[in-house]
Amino acid sequence: MRTPRFSLFHAGSAVVLLFVVVVTLYPFLHMLAVSLSGDIYVMKNEVTIWPKGLNFKMYEIVLGDSKMWTAFNNTLLYTSLGTLIAIIITSMGAYALSRKHMAFRKQLTMMIVFTMFFSGGMIPTFLVVRSLGFVDTLWGMVLPGAVSTWNLILMRTFFAGIPKELEESGRMDGLNDIGIFFRIFVPLSKASFATIALFYAVGLWNNFIFPLLYLRSPDLFPLQVLLRNLVLAGSVSSGEVTRIGGDNQIVEESLKYATIMVSSLPILIVYPFIQKYFVKGAMIGAVKG
Amino acid sequence: MAQAGSTQDRAMVEQALVPVRIKRNNTMRLWHQNKYLWLMFLPCLLYYLIFRYAPMFGLVITFKDYNLFRGIWDSDWVGLKYYRMFLENPDFLLLMKNTFLLGVYNLVFGFPAPIVLALLLNEVKGMIFKRFVQTVSYLPHFISNVIVASMVIMFLSPTGGLINNMITALGFDSINFMINPGMFRGIYVLSEIWQHIGWETIIYLAALTSVDPQLYEAASIDGASRMRKLWHVTLPGISFAIVITLILNIGSVLEIGFEKVFLLQNPAIYETADIISTYVYRVGLQQGNFSYGASIDLFMGIISLIFIYSANFISRRVSETSLW
Repeated sequence: MRTPRFSLFHAGSAVVLLFVVVVTLYPFLHMLAVSLSGDIYVMKNEVTIWPKGLNFKMYEIVLGDSKMWTAFNNTLLYTSLGTLIAIIITSMGAYALSRKHMAFRKQLTMMIVFTMFFSGGMIPTFLVVRSLGFVDTLWGMVLPGAVSTWNLILMRTFFAGIPKELEESGRMDGLNDIGIFFRIFVPLSKASFATIALFYAVGLWNNFIFPLLYLRSPDLFPLQVLLRNLVLAGSVSSGEVTRIGGDNQIVEESLKYATIMVSSLPILIVYPFIQKYFVKGAMIGAVKG
Repeated sequence: MAQAGSTQDRAMVEQALVPVRIKRNNTMRLWHQNKYLWLMFLPCLLYYLIFRYAPMFGLVITFKDYNLFRGIWDSDWVGLKYYRMFLENPDFLLLMKNTFLLGVYNLVFGFPAPIVLALLLNEVKGMIFKRFVQTVSYLPHFISNVIVASMVIMFLSPTGGLINNMITALGFDSINFMINPGMFRGIYVLSEIWQHIGWETIIYLAALTSVDPQLYEAASIDGASRMRKLWHVTLPGISFAIVITLILNIGSVLEIGFEKVFLLQNPAIYETADIISTYVYRVGLQQGNFSYGASIDLFMGIISLIFIYSANFISRRVSETSLW
C-alpha cells in the first residue's frame, strides 16, 4: 500500500467530525456557562462558552426548591423499581424463549414480535391501565413499560449464544430450568444484564409520556414533568426577568439552564463510564440484524 | 355373532383409546418438560396479554359510543360512526399530511446522515480521535426529549436565545422560529439528527468491521482511488445493514415519536406541527373523545402495518434481504 499522504479527503473528514463534536458539546457548555454567570452578562448576551461573573445563585435556587427534590426522589424510585421489575421479567422470559426445547416457543415469539408492528394505541392502553386502577399510582409508572420487546429479543439472542454444554452439565447435577438459569446463566451474563438494565434505566429516567398519560397529582410527578412545567410551560411568550420571592430579581434564562443542567447532570456524569455497555448492547442487536 | 361383535367392539374401543392415551401421555410429558420454562415465561406472558393484547381488544370501542362511566360492555354500538366522522373532518387530511411529511423528511434527511458519519469515522486513522468523536456523538441519544425540546425552544427564542444571538450579531433581525409554521419540520428533523446521528452509526460501524481487509488491498493493487474503494468495496460490504435499516425506517415512517413533537409544538404552529398522535392525545384523551381518538389511531396503525409489510415485500423482491 502507498503511504497515506496528507490528502484533501482526510482534512475534509476531520473538519466534518470536529464540527459534529462542537455541535454536540457546545449547547451543554453554553448552558453551563450561562447558568453560572452573573445576571448582567446574561442580559447583555455576552456569555458564550465560559462563565462571566461566576456565581452559583441559580443552583442555590434550583437545589433549594423542595418540588425539585420531590421530583428527583420520584424519578429515582420509578427508575430503580422499574428497572428491577423490568430486568427480572425480561431476563426470565428471554431465557425461556431462548431454550430450543421449550414447547410453543415459536408461537410465543411470534406473538411478541407482532406487538412491534401493531399496537392497540394510546387510548385503549390508557383504558386498560385505568381499569387496573394504576392511574395516579407508582404502578402506572413501572408496569405498562415493564418489557421492551427490543430488549427481550436482545437478551434472547444473548442467551441463545451460551454453549449448550453448560446447560447440560447443570442438568447432570440435577438442576431444573430455573436452577440452571439462576446458578449458571445469570452469573455468566453479568455484562449483558448490566447493559439491558442500563437501557431500561435510561428509558425510565427520561420517560415523559407515561407520567403525562397516567399521573395526575403533582406529588407524584417525576423530574421530566417538573422540568417541562418549569422550562417549557408558557415559554413562547415569557419575559426576560422573573421575580421569585422578595426582591430577588433573576434572569429566567439562567434559571432554566440551571434546572436543565441539574436534571441532566446524573446522566452526563455517569455516561462516559457506562457508554461501552450501551454500545455492546447495540452491537448484539446489530449482529443479528 | 355376539362374541364376534364384542371382540370387534373391543378392538374398536381399544383403537379409539390408543390416541387418547398417547395424547394424554404427551400432554403430561409436555407439561413435565416445560413447566419450569413456562413458569419463568409466565410474567412475560401476562405482561403481553395485559398491556399489549388487551388494548388491541379494547379497540372494540372504536365501534361503540364509549363512555367512561358505562364501560366498554354497556356502551352503545355505533358501527362506523367515528370512522365516518374523522374521514369527513377536513382537519384529518391536514393531520395525515403533517404526519406523513414529517416522517418522510425525517427519513430522507435522517437516514443517510448516520451512514455518512460512519463512513467518515471509518476513514479515521487515529483511534483516540475516533473514540472521542464516537463517545461525544452518542451522548445526546441519552438525553431526554424534555431536555432536548427545552434546549431547542430556548436556543431559538427571539429574546436572548443562542441562535438568535448569532443572527443578530451578524446584523440580521431575530427570527421567532417557534411560531413560524414553515420552520417546524426543519427544526424537528434537525433536532432528531442532532440527537440520534451518533447512536445510529453503531450498526454501520459494526457492519464495517466485517468487510474483508483483503478486498481493500486487492482494490489498491488494481489502482482504485479512495472514492472507488468506498463505492465498490465499503458500500456493498454494508449494504445489508443499510437495507435492513431502510426497511425498518420506511416501515416506521408514520410512527413519529409522540414526545418530542408534543413538546415542541404550540397552537400557533398546529397547521404543520400537529400530527396524528398529538391530535389523538389532545382531542381523544384530554377532551374525552375516546372512541373517536382510538378509531383514528387504529386507522393509522393499519396504514403503518401496510407500510412495513410493503417495504419488506419490495425489499425481498429487489434485494433478497428482508425482516421475515
